[in-house]
Amino acid sequence: MMGWLPQDVSSFGPDVDHVFSLILYIVGAWFIAAEALILYFAVRYRRRTGRPAAYVRGDTLRQAAWVLIPGLIVVLLDFGIDIAAGRAWDEIKLDSPAATLNVRVTAERFAWIFTYPGPDGKFDAGHDYWSLGKLYVPVGQVVRLNMRSMDVIHSFAVPNMRLRQDIVPGRTIAAWFKATTPGSYEIECTELCGFDHYKMQGTLIVLSAADYAKWQQQHWPSAQARAGGEAGEVKK
Amino acid sequence: MSQAAALKETGYAGHGEALGFWRKYVFSIDHKTIAKQYLGISLFMALVGAYTAYAIRWQLAWPLTRIPGVGAISPDAYNSLVTMHGTIMVFFVAMPLLLGAFGNFCIPLMVGAADMAFPRLNMLSVWTFFTGGLVLLASLFVPGGAAAAGWTSYAPLSANPAYTTAVLGQDMWIVALALEFASFLMGGVNFLTTALNVRAPGMSLWRMPLLVWYEITASALFLLSVGPLIGGAVMLLLDRVLGTGFYLPAKGGDPLLWEHLFWFFGHPEVYVVALPGFGIMLEILPVFSRKPVFAYRALIYCALTATALSLIVWAHHMFVSGMDPRLATPFSVTTILISVPFAIMVFAMIATLWGGSMTFETPMLFALGGLASFLLGGVTGIFLGSAATDIYLHGTYFVVAHFHYTLFPVTFFAGFAGLYYWYPKMFGRMMNERLGKLHFWLTFFGFQAVFIPLFLVGVAGTPRRVFMPVGYPLFSALQPLQVFATVAAIVLIAAQAAFVANFFLSLKYGKQAQRNPWRANTLEWSTDSPPPHENFPAPPQVRRWPYEYSTPGARRDWMPQDEAAEAATVRAAS
Amino acid sequence: MEAAPAHQVEAALAIDDSIQAIPVGRIAIWWFLASEIMVFGGLIACFVLFRLAHGGWDAEAAHVHWQIGAFNTLVLLTSSYTMAMACTAAKADDAARLRICLLLTVLLGLTFLGVKAHEYSLEAAKGLTPWSGLFWAFYYTLTGLHSVHVLAGIVVNFFLWIAARRSSLWPMIQRRIEYAGLYWHFVDVVWIFLFPLVYLS
Repeated sequence: MMGWLPQDVSSFGPDVDHVFSLILYIVGAWFIAAEALILYFAVRYRRRTGRPAAYVRGDTLRQAAWVLIPGLIVVLLDFGIDIAAGRAWDEIKLDSPAATLNVRVTAERFAWIFTYPGPDGKFDAGHDYWSLGKLYVPVGQVVRLNMRSMDVIHSFAVPNMRLRQDIVPGRTIAAWFKATTPGSYEIECTELCGFDHYKMQGTLIVLSAADYAKWQQQHWPSAQARAGGEAGEVKK
Repeated sequence: MSQAAALKETGYAGHGEALGFWRKYVFSIDHKTIAKQYLGISLFMALVGAYTAYAIRWQLAWPLTRIPGVGAISPDAYNSLVTMHGTIMVFFVAMPLLLGAFGNFCIPLMVGAADMAFPRLNMLSVWTFFTGGLVLLASLFVPGGAAAAGWTSYAPLSANPAYTTAVLGQDMWIVALALEFASFLMGGVNFLTTALNVRAPGMSLWRMPLLVWYEITASALFLLSVGPLIGGAVMLLLDRVLGTGFYLPAKGGDPLLWEHLFWFFGHPEVYVVALPGFGIMLEILPVFSRKPVFAYRALIYCALTATALSLIVWAHHMFVSGMDPRLATPFSVTTILISVPFAIMVFAMIATLWGGSMTFETPMLFALGGLASFLLGGVTGIFLGSAATDIYLHGTYFVVAHFHYTLFPVTFFAGFAGLYYWYPKMFGRMMNERLGKLHFWLTFFGFQAVFIPLFLVGVAGTPRRVFMPVGYPLFSALQPLQVFATVAAIVLIAAQAAFVANFFLSLKYGKQAQRNPWRANTLEWSTDSPPPHENFPAPPQVRRWPYEYSTPGARRDWMPQDEAAEAATVRAAS
Repeated sequence: MEAAPAHQVEAALAIDDSIQAIPVGRIAIWWFLASEIMVFGGLIACFVLFRLAHGGWDAEAAHVHWQIGAFNTLVLLTSSYTMAMACTAAKADDAARLRICLLLTVLLGLTFLGVKAHEYSLEAAKGLTPWSGLFWAFYYTLTGLHSVHVLAGIVVNFFLWIAARRSSLWPMIQRRIEYAGLYWHFVDVVWIFLFPLVYLS
């Protein structure tokens, strides 16, 4: 089952995958046990002449314990899952680590537009670069996305990043990630937004530090830009 | 004067003149006829829903080809098909089948009443429902086509007419739903009043069959949860036709408001359909194991607990919606808690089998198959109820597979189980057992074959509601799974012909049914098959709970609820 | 064999099979009102939350006609009183008094609706339409839905008033006036919530 997950290139990917496998083993065990029991009972307790059914009502505590105790075990295991999952959730959605790159994401029927500030990190200062559908980021750096929708609800999803965030028009919603491996990864819209919803795809391109510097130089070729080529602390 | 006597008095049997065709079959106030009307509408709508499923699956497997029997479809039409599939299956198949048909047929009979408390209100409810169904089907044929914003109808896609071509279609969708809500509100009041107040002498609440308990719990849950969405639907319609801005940010509104209102009802709604499905299984498992149901009172408390909890879990559908992320924790906790009553219900069903003496006629096969399949749906819900993994799985085929693995068993496995079980009582004939078994095995394996692959493509990250999954580089390699699922879906749909044939042929050629072909205890089996208009010639005297099977010292391995007490050697029942 | 009169049969159905000697109508009306509480409760909750999030909407809300609202509140409260009097008359077996009180209730209800319609026209003339802003969208939706419920109550009360002229239907009236009364009081209570939230805050 775990093998069906796509390659994980996210700093918090392992945390998500860990919760996934934890749940998989726990519910997998319950599932197999329960199905095995049903199958076993169906075979073992088939109608046989001369063997009446047992008259068991389960209305005493002792008998009901057979279902109440497993129920209790279920809730305890569930809480364990919740605690593990809660940690991962807080890390991804509540924490806001200092970002070295801020990108504005504009979701519009039916394309993704990524706006980069100049290397000084300031938007709307005349150095903004717009990229249609391609999100270039440096490897190993925290990237913060500030996302807006121009029309309907969209959802920014990058499976390899284990990242998803719905974008509701009328508000700016933030997300962050840190890529661990250079490469090209798929961006999708995963909230039905209209007839070309299935075409609303993009590409996340994770570049090595050197390649990213080259990319920056392409778009901000002045000396100032090169100086800002090393990503520094950027105020959120 | 009792209900039965009153009904005789007011002329059905008393006057000796038969009712005309229209009063007897069309504008009937007899709960049994109304149940069959709900049944007929739901089965017809199931065919329409299956047709939409067929078109969707064909497009997913062989995109941009002409679909046999449908034609080539555009991405817009695909979105409409997806929307109509969900809307029809939840609101116009599951609800009328599980509540309208089984609730109407079984509740008065099982509590020993001559009819529902409000027979004319009952007729109004089925005609309101029928009108809603007509409006929804009509929306397929209006200019712009049917609604295309998903059965969840998120705003602003659904609130601003500029965003889809289905300008009239979306309005009609809202109206159809409003009619459906009104219909089940009326029905719910009827069910609750009848079960709480119109029971036969001796039928205490603790002697009511579990199906009745689960039907009225579901009805109460529907009654209490649909209100905010009715308000929300009014606001959606006003946004569309009057230009208000409840859900439109440009006018100060908030799209998330719709999500909250929808899911506040939407989550309880799935329990509104799951509970009657479970109730049907809980009636059938004891009969075919010849054993009392296990932990009767605990099962009732679980249903009530699940009902209460279901009103505070809704935002687990909204973890990544953009709502305050801190809300994920409390809703994860409540979602965890609600898995407990359902786990206990499932364990109790399994415990009912232990030590039994089982036979596997078609009703039992469908009940067991439903239980086994629901298990996978239930456990996969844990992945989605845990917010961290939901980040990854939300909006993928994993969700689609999960909810089909819960809704299909409670609607169709339990529904078919109930139909094969109560058909003799409803129509006075037995269904063909061989055809029934063929129907079961094809349905059971067909169903698994459709949705297991969808779990896998979902784990791989494939988004749902997309016209062409093969168009995504990351998922194009999974296309063989989509093709497999489609072939299985075609087999699954085709297999239903066995049921349709059995249903109609048995009406004419089935063996005459006796009063109690399954040797069951509940009151409906103490009267004729089919029952007379007033159900019971005289009100039954209820002497025990419904699950007295294989009682030690008893004369037979079953003991009807209204059977006179036997010799003193028999242990007094509850 | 003569069939028993329909209303006698109904009376029997209503009580004789009641396992708890609660008339079926009473159970039904309470469940119905529970669902209605959820409808209005949901809408009112949305209104309150929006209002808090949007800084109170003081500017828009300043244009409500609170005097008209107050007058209508008085009208509706009085109609609840006359309705209660009708219910008492039913218990006292006084058909004449019931008919007077019911008629008063209907007339007061119609007064409420007439005043409301006039109020709407005043506001519309000033450009305060449902699409002119969110406050007004909520105003029209809340009071509009409430008015629809008032109208339904008027219709029910009117039919009861007509039926009360036939003495053969008197037992049925005595039973059903209680349910109509509960519904009418509910409609009044909703207004008691709406009036301060919409007009006074």
